[in-house]
Amino acid sequence: MATLETTDPNQRPPLIGGEEEGQGPRRRDFLNIAAVSFAGVGAAAVVIPLVNQMNPSADVLALASIEVDISKIELGSGIKVSWRKQPVFVRNLTPKEIADADAVPLASLRDPETLEQRTKPGHKNWLITMAVCTHLGCVPLGITPRENRGPYGGYFCPCHGSQYDTAARIRGGPAPKNLVVPEYSFKSATTVQIG
Amino acid sequence: MSFPWAEHYAPKNPFMRWMDEKLPLPRLVYNAVGAGYPVPRNLNYFWNFGVLAGAALVIQILTGVILAMHYAANGLVAFDSVEHIMRDVNSGWLIRYAHMNGASFFFIVVYLHIFRGLYYGSYKAPREMVWLLGVVIFLLMMATAFMGYVLPWGQMSYWGAQVITGFFSAIPVVGEPVRQWLLGGFAPDNAALNRFFSLHYLLPFVIAAVIVLHIWSLHIPGSNNPTGVEVKGPQDTLPFHPYYTAKDGFGLGVFLICYSLLLFFAPNALGHPDNYIAANPLSTPAHIVPEWYFWPFYAILRAFTFDFLWVPAKLWGVVAMFSAIALLFFLPWIDRSPIRSARYRPMYRIAFWVLVADVLLLGFIGKSPAVEPYVRIGQFAAAYYFAHFLIIIPLIAWAEKPLPLPNSITESVLGEGSDDAALGHPAA
Amino acid sequence: MLRFFAPFIAPVVGALFVLALGCAFFSHRDPTALQPADKYHREPNEVHYSFEGPLGRYDRQQLQRGFQVYKEVCSACHSMRLVAFRDLEEIGFTKPEVKAIAKNWATETPSINPDTGEPATRKPIPSDFIPGPYANETAARAANNNALPPDMSLLAKAREGGPAYIESLVTGYEDVPASLKKEFPDFQVPTGLHFNPYFANLNIAMPPPLTSDGQVTYSDGTVATRKQMATDVSAFLMWAAEPKLENRHRTGIAVVLYLLIATGLVFAAYRNIWAGKKH
Repeated sequence: MATLETTDPNQRPPLIGGEEEGQGPRRRDFLNIAAVSFAGVGAAAVVIPLVNQMNPSADVLALASIEVDISKIELGSGIKVSWRKQPVFVRNLTPKEIADADAVPLASLRDPETLEQRTKPGHKNWLITMAVCTHLGCVPLGITPRENRGPYGGYFCPCHGSQYDTAARIRGGPAPKNLVVPEYSFKSATTVQIG
Repeated sequence: MSFPWAEHYAPKNPFMRWMDEKLPLPRLVYNAVGAGYPVPRNLNYFWNFGVLAGAALVIQILTGVILAMHYAANGLVAFDSVEHIMRDVNSGWLIRYAHMNGASFFFIVVYLHIFRGLYYGSYKAPREMVWLLGVVIFLLMMATAFMGYVLPWGQMSYWGAQVITGFFSAIPVVGEPVRQWLLGGFAPDNAALNRFFSLHYLLPFVIAAVIVLHIWSLHIPGSNNPTGVEVKGPQDTLPFHPYYTAKDGFGLGVFLICYSLLLFFAPNALGHPDNYIAANPLSTPAHIVPEWYFWPFYAILRAFTFDFLWVPAKLWGVVAMFSAIALLFFLPWIDRSPIRSARYRPMYRIAFWVLVADVLLLGFIGKSPAVEPYVRIGQFAAAYYFAHFLIIIPLIAWAEKPLPLPNSITESVLGEGSDDAALGHPAA
Repeated sequence: MLRFFAPFIAPVVGALFVLALGCAFFSHRDPTALQPADKYHREPNEVHYSFEGPLGRYDRQQLQRGFQVYKEVCSACHSMRLVAFRDLEEIGFTKPEVKAIAKNWATETPSINPDTGEPATRKPIPSDFIPGPYANETAARAANNNALPPDMSLLAKAREGGPAYIESLVTGYEDVPASLKKEFPDFQVPTGLHFNPYFANLNIAMPPPLTSDGQVTYSDGTVATRKQMATDVSAFLMWAAEPKLENRHRTGIAVVLYLLIATGLVFAAYRNIWAGKKH
């Protein structure tokens, strides 16, 4: 009977590496390494679309701007509107609330910003912010005077006790930042476009 | 696991040693699909399809889990949610087409796997359990594929659900109540769509579990081989890894090329245009057909147009269609020939190829409209299908004079080169 | 006893099936008469599009022309509910153009009157899906002699023959051929239907949509023959049905090239590993 192969029948050729007693990998083993690595690169590339599919889809990204009619908002009160599936506060500040906000020394703030910086010129009484607490994303209370506005008269987040002042700046509690001011503009004296 | 000369797992470093003591998973993998599993050295490319079927299942589960993140199983929005995936979800079109064509490829490789088993007698003792579990997997695949096809809620989805659940109404007395129970209504609607979605998500994991059993039962006798002669000693085998991992890796590459060509350049070639029309319970498409992998069985269903022995044609059709698969469960005992491989069974070899032609013919008939001459040809082809498994195979087993078997795999490999052509690749 | 009978169970069951099918095979069947559609139905014309083949790309100019035909002709009856105005950026319209198209669309998007809560409509914006001409299926049927103009979003994929079928259909209206009348004296086009050999049963409810050359005026100077309009609108409908075709082709070329190299390498590794092993 002829022999099957020149070496021991169950002696496997090394798949990767194949260093034998201080010798470098043999030339032929590069082929195996190359094949496995090249296949590995492909497998890694496949992961990209499988992960990326969880990002917001085109229709979500396209959710456009909204227009808000502010003519019916009473002084000292406000409304909640939905923009990109998130609530937005539109609040009509009283002169006292504006004065309170202006009286606060900037240096004492956790996230220093003036009310001017957070409103549009000529519309200092219109405070438009995301209604999303910068701590962990709850909707704070206080958009209408009926709700608890917290010790600083702005907003109060019931989840973890963050307190915002009348410029929606963070004053107490765990939240790190002021309520975010979204991109918006006045289309007319009574119409605001958000986004 | 199986042969005394199998290589033994030896952990390479302290961590693997620790792991081996606490949870010997690496050892299990090593013995199942690693160097610890000795495999006949003469397997040809037809032995790639088991691994490829596994790969197809992985592709289906992976893409399916992702699709479920975006799909909505509600009659009002199901169709639109699939189009949302196709149009707006990042790479959604890729994942959806991959899943859609992945089902076809799953069936292609599984059919090749089954026919390989038929040709080389892999269903015979001592591998009957491997075969039985395989038929169970096949049935589960069919159920899963059918329910998956309902989910896009197009016209073919809807009418497929209507027709397939209609099978059950053929059962005397309890048929109609059973159908209503399956659908959760009088016609397919939200209730049916939701339960099909739930089960379509569940069954692939059941399939995966049965595959574990399938492989487990395979490892007890070890793999069959093209000679059908059992392994006699270490010279007959090679370790699975790296020999067959490399060969399967190459097979996987070829599989992925074919799959990609279809997926990227003709993704709807195997589908039906009507499924891009949203389901309409008030209007049936002119010509309804199932997906291609069901065509042969659909042809058998439709072949029965004649009430016979006081049994209505409808019931005959349904019984015959289920019997066409169920008879595979009995195959290890129907075929009483002790010789496995068709290489050494001249009569069986002819019958095998005639069966292949017959199944292809049934497929063509299943795809064609139910008019003459297709109906009559279908009746002939269906009759031959049953005759093959239930009459011809026992007859051949009794009448055939097999060719002389080689004494061992090694002898066949070193033989006068007579078999190398049949092996499908040149002698090394 | 059972031992003796066991080998006969399978053949007996098999014989039963063969017998049942044999009876069916030899059973009498009435000959079916030839129908006009069997003989006079025509397969779609050969139409060549830029998006065919593995390297195929859409022709943006053609898609824009096709969109114009859809907007000015088809959209009067056919909705396209799965395509949003924003998608039109993909066929080469700029953001302001898309905004203008949405704003000037013939039908408005359903909405709710913010003051009263009553159903209302508003001007569409780019993120809206294209509003259809009818409020619902009943309205569509009522306006069209009980025929439902199909939604066009997926039409090119939902018809055997694809865009070429649509091209053939819209240009395929003709008088009933004399030979047909002679062969089937009873054949008549029902009232309200139109003879079209590309339609499966030869009689279609849709009146000829493209009636004359120059029905639309293309801004790019292309002469709007009926054939040209039909080709353009069918190409546009293919885009509407398969907007990711170009991504698919591009990705496909890269993936197949990669796989060819990877498979070649793995094959070499396989031969390398098996070298010296007879099998």
